Amino acid sequence: MTQTHRLTDGGRIDRDRPIDFFFNGRRYSGYEGDTLASALLANGVMLVGRSFKYHRPRGITSAGTEEQNALVQLERGARTISNMLATRVPLYEGLDAASVNCWPSHNFDFMAVNSLFHRILPAGFYYKTFMWPVSAWKYYEHIIRRAAGLGRSPMEPDADTYDKMNAHADLVVVGGGPAGLTAARSAAIHGARVILVDEQTELGGQLLNERFDINGHPATDWVADIEAELMAMPNVTILKHTTAFGYYDHGFIGFLQNRSNNVAFGEDGRSRQRMWRVRAKNVLLATGSLERPLIYSDNDRPGCMLAGAVRAYVNRYGVTPGNRHVIFTNNDDAYRSALDVKAAGGDVACIVDLRTKPKGELVTQAIEAGIDVIEGSVITAVIGGKRVRAVEIMKLNEDGTGVTGTVQTITCDIVGSSGGWNPVVHLHSHSGGKNVWRDEDGVFVPGDTLQSEQVCGAAAGSFSLQAALNEGDFAGIDFASKLGLPTKKPGAVPKTSSDVAEEPWKLLWYIPTTKPAGQRGKHFIDQQNDVTVTDVQLAAREGYRSVEHAKRYTTLGMATDQGKTGNIPGHAILSAALGQTIPETGTTTFRPPYSPVTMGAIAGRYVGDFFDPVRRTPMHDCHEKAGCLWEDVGQWRRPWYYPADGESMQDTVNRECLAVRNHVGMLDATTLGKIDIQGPDAAEFLNRIYTNAWLKLAPGKCRYGLMLGEDGMIMDDGVTSCLGENHYLMTTTSGGAPRVMAWLEEWLQTEWPDLKVYLTSVTEQFATLQLAGPNARALLSEFTKDIDLDNDAFPFMSWKSGTVADIPARIYRISFTGELSYEINVPASAGLSLWTDIMIAGEKFGIEPFGTETMHVLRAEKGFIIVGQETDGTTAPGDLGMDWIVSKKKPDFIGKRSMSRPDMLRDDRKQLVGLLTSDPSEVLPEGGQIVAETQPKPPMTMIGHVTSSYYSAALEHSIALALVKGGRARMGDTVYVPIDGKTVSCEVVEPIFYDKEGNRIND
Amino acid sequence: MIDTYRLRSPLAHLGLDARARAEADISGTGVIISERPQAGLINIRGDVSDARFVTAIEKSIKLSPPTVPNTVVGKPSTTRLMWLAPDEWMVITRPSGAERALKALQKNLKIADLHSSVTDTTEARTCIRVSGPRAREVISKGCSIDLHPSAFGPGQCAQTVVSRVGVMLAQTANSKTHQPTYELYPLRSFATYLWNWLEDASAEYGVKVE
Amino acid sequence: MFLIPCPWCGEREESEFSYGHEAHIVRPEDPEKLSDAEWANYLFMRTNPKGPHLERWVHTAGCRRWFNVARNTHTNEILAVYLMGEKPPKNLAKEPVKGAKS
Repeated sequence: MTQTHRLTDGGRIDRDRPIDFFFNGRRYSGYEGDTLASALLANGVMLVGRSFKYHRPRGITSAGTEEQNALVQLERGARTISNMLATRVPLYEGLDAASVNCWPSHNFDFMAVNSLFHRILPAGFYYKTFMWPVSAWKYYEHIIRRAAGLGRSPMEPDADTYDKMNAHADLVVVGGGPAGLTAARSAAIHGARVILVDEQTELGGQLLNERFDINGHPATDWVADIEAELMAMPNVTILKHTTAFGYYDHGFIGFLQNRSNNVAFGEDGRSRQRMWRVRAKNVLLATGSLERPLIYSDNDRPGCMLAGAVRAYVNRYGVTPGNRHVIFTNNDDAYRSALDVKAAGGDVACIVDLRTKPKGELVTQAIEAGIDVIEGSVITAVIGGKRVRAVEIMKLNEDGTGVTGTVQTITCDIVGSSGGWNPVVHLHSHSGGKNVWRDEDGVFVPGDTLQSEQVCGAAAGSFSLQAALNEGDFAGIDFASKLGLPTKKPGAVPKTSSDVAEEPWKLLWYIPTTKPAGQRGKHFIDQQNDVTVTDVQLAAREGYRSVEHAKRYTTLGMATDQGKTGNIPGHAILSAALGQTIPETGTTTFRPPYSPVTMGAIAGRYVGDFFDPVRRTPMHDCHEKAGCLWEDVGQWRRPWYYPADGESMQDTVNRECLAVRNHVGMLDATTLGKIDIQGPDAAEFLNRIYTNAWLKLAPGKCRYGLMLGEDGMIMDDGVTSCLGENHYLMTTTSGGAPRVMAWLEEWLQTEWPDLKVYLTSVTEQFATLQLAGPNARALLSEFTKDIDLDNDAFPFMSWKSGTVADIPARIYRISFTGELSYEINVPASAGLSLWTDIMIAGEKFGIEPFGTETMHVLRAEKGFIIVGQETDGTTAPGDLGMDWIVSKKKPDFIGKRSMSRPDMLRDDRKQLVGLLTSDPSEVLPEGGQIVAETQPKPPMTMIGHVTSSYYSAALEHSIALALVKGGRARMGDTVYVPIDGKTVSCEVVEPIFYDKEGNRIND
Repeated sequence: MIDTYRLRSPLAHLGLDARARAEADISGTGVIISERPQAGLINIRGDVSDARFVTAIEKSIKLSPPTVPNTVVGKPSTTRLMWLAPDEWMVITRPSGAERALKALQKNLKIADLHSSVTDTTEARTCIRVSGPRAREVISKGCSIDLHPSAFGPGQCAQTVVSRVGVMLAQTANSKTHQPTYELYPLRSFATYLWNWLEDASAEYGVKVE
Repeated sequence: MFLIPCPWCGEREESEFSYGHEAHIVRPEDPEKLSDAEWANYLFMRTNPKGPHLERWVHTAGCRRWFNVARNTHTNEILAVYLMGEKPPKNLAKEPVKGAKS
């Protein structure tokens, strides 16, 4: 296929570098420098997809980010990306794109039948039709999804990588057009750290699309010069092909950078896209403006595009979008499009100007160039389905409400329309800035800002080139002085001779045709979501007076383009229907992102192994070698259980449990939080934090403590040891360590700054090896010469220091298993070698390593609670039968006052009990709901839930702990746990199952 | 002293020594990373407005606790004192100097008889050193503080987050290249995750182990 | 993602900090003397203004110090940062100020 619409010269493409690509399976050719859209147009391809609701044929409407129709599915398989804008995809060799939203093909669309039923698809159609009855949604949904899809997500994991970069700047300039370039330059020569970002692959902004001059040379030469100047400055970073998609609090801006020209693939081992998190002291928004279309009948036919896009394709890409062009406008600027087409040798059928007697300089130039200007007229109809074939033109009546006179039919295949330009105020709006309606040309311009931000150039509503250059230059100097940088002579402001006197725009939001709206063709406001003028008028009639409600009801501006072209005409038409002004109707708030951001870029490298930090204990390699399975406890990775080849989890846990009960086991307990507490008021501090008494704990002794919130609910627990005078070591739960540390510091720093106490986290200083079981003493005695392990010398709940295998160690005789148990703390670096040695020496004592699952079973057999398992933030000590640890004598401690709140005194509070199933092999599910009596079917009154449940190998019976309303009064009762179609009956028992006298722990 | 054969650094399992020998030629490499384990890390807390506290520390390690936040005093080749909080500092010594410094601090602060604490946290962290011409870029991928020379330089430090891992971050000057060298001190349990992330983030610039 | 000027470490990203709760809620000297309603008021009742709000934050990833922040909840503007024990700037003090313990 030849490039039928390619000009022989001109444009910013490289004709020496042809590129082959595929669209909907057909091979085409374009050039380096093309976008997919420009290359398609060069090949005469206008039809690129189908519309969302009616599946009408649609063509390319723009040359940039505001594109509504030319959404493509780029590439296939794992790399496929949906809804890429053909106007923003730089062409690369082998590019493979397909239309989205057409089935079975873009040329013959099955769903176009929707078009015939448009009378039953009005605004709010989905709400009205499918929301009732609610149960029917599941029948409708898959049909609607199939019909209304926008592209496909890949089924495979993304083959590309994405990463993030943090950056800081004195000034971030968004937009590399004339205003942005002069601002960046004048700020940078004063020494400001500047980041200049632009979404296009080249700097220049709108200058790339125009035939303007600056300082007597083509404007693009000036762009090249200034880019070279900026590149040479070490304090300037230029990011091209990078979209500033969101502007958040305190100068925080998000950029999405395409790191390779080939937007579907990463290159050179680099990430495909990079998310920049930029913190700017100041921000200059030079985001330019976007043209808005005129809303005329059947304005969505392929070939209808923005007037500015017509000349962008001619000037920048050397492509004439059609064979015969009509320009339809309410302003002078669009005349440039006709002039540029003509200058490039293209055919301009006429300019239709809805103003009467336009006489601006550009109008004169057009007439002099021999272009037919039809003034005071509008397009009333577009002929053609898959491509514009002609337009009908009639005179506009005086008040702009209708048309008169005879119909003039003009043959053409392109209609470039212009209703003026909208400043791109999105980022200003993101940052909390307000927008102000400017009545004279019907635009929202940026108003007050909350941040250190300025807007200049077209984005501020200054549409002339010289104004953009002046404002940018001035803003750069202004920022530099605000930063306190020394003043320098910046040089003269660039001058252009391209500006000419232009007459005002004539605002006419709805272009009338020969019949009332909706009765002759469709006037589309939002082409991507198929929102028409009649939809908006219907919404107004149905009482949607708020623009925010009307937007959601009609889906106006809710497509992927977020209403970049359609919002303002839409609001204007809504206002007219409501009989109020546009400022009265208001505009919707723009929210990030400005244009779609890939999910991959948001995740960055935090996928797979990097998803979340994994904390390894010093003995990690030993566990791995022993073939353990892992359990994630917070960010810690702890051994869960150590199966032998082919051993089931239950068999493994049974074996590990019996090893501890009968011989000896070893657990990696490194993850328990450890806080070193020093200072003369340390005991007093502990006394206030814990529920029990702490003033008389002697050096060498350990004590269990329960920590409550001020609301009296259990927050954490652990053993604290007195290391010496005014020196303690607190242990916390593995997951609770950081929270407890912050909690303790808060009390010390805020309420009790008078207490002389210092806290230091030492969790990671030590490797903690827990030996548990009747053989623990014999085994440990092989490793220590200087610590007397005799029961009298070293009783339960005490600690000693000395050496273990010649390693300095602290040994705590504490137990979470109910067995004789020692927790050996050694410097973390020595943990692995000690673990290895003990495992070898322990063989003759029947040692087994055990994991968290066995630990949980063993402690449950003893009825020891786990905070977060037996408690849930509404559990008080009394609920767990732990009144024994709550001091009655202390005048105050954290949580004490709440103990006497009425709710705490209710006798139907959930209380901890044990449950024994009638079938000893039946293990209840944790979280199982408990009922007092069985009913044939729900609802049944729930009286509690199972908190822990295991099979106990030592008891050869399943055991469970549960919280049950008034549970302690139900001892001996039978309760029921309904699970999956059956009901398990259980006896309520004391929450302790093994060694109730506690002899083993003290042996 | 513990027999050295028993000591295993947090990153020992990655076989970094062997890699360093294999990757000895670092010319043209964008990023050079290494583990520098077992530096002495001694946490001290006390009231810096109390002259006795300052004197006891000076007597022990010949450095005064810096009062300017996020600064470090002393030489990397011997002993440094890093600001952590208005009443908290970290003494960083060479591996061989840790025990002596700890004992001196404990002794002199005890003699001073004032409310203070000295806690050995040598084992709690390791040090990952990142250098090379692209070092700053790599760390900036995961760190939100401004590391530009105008904002962060030799003698400065920060407690912050690098790639979701809390670290003490310090910069030292490389006298030969004038390029920054960064030291990251993560808690030892996080070291593997951080190291793997650093290697991944450095891959596009070329990375070698020193 | 706003910036909070830690009174010690300087400006850092919000994610380095943890929000505590409303500032200047002082623990009663003798809780046992309080009625259930008074105690519940201390435990649970908080203001929820659109506009300036006095709050307590901690620099979790940095110096771990708690401090007070006056923040406009509508704009996220940080109006003031002051140390524990200090009083809020006069123009921001809520009425009646429960008062910080010095």
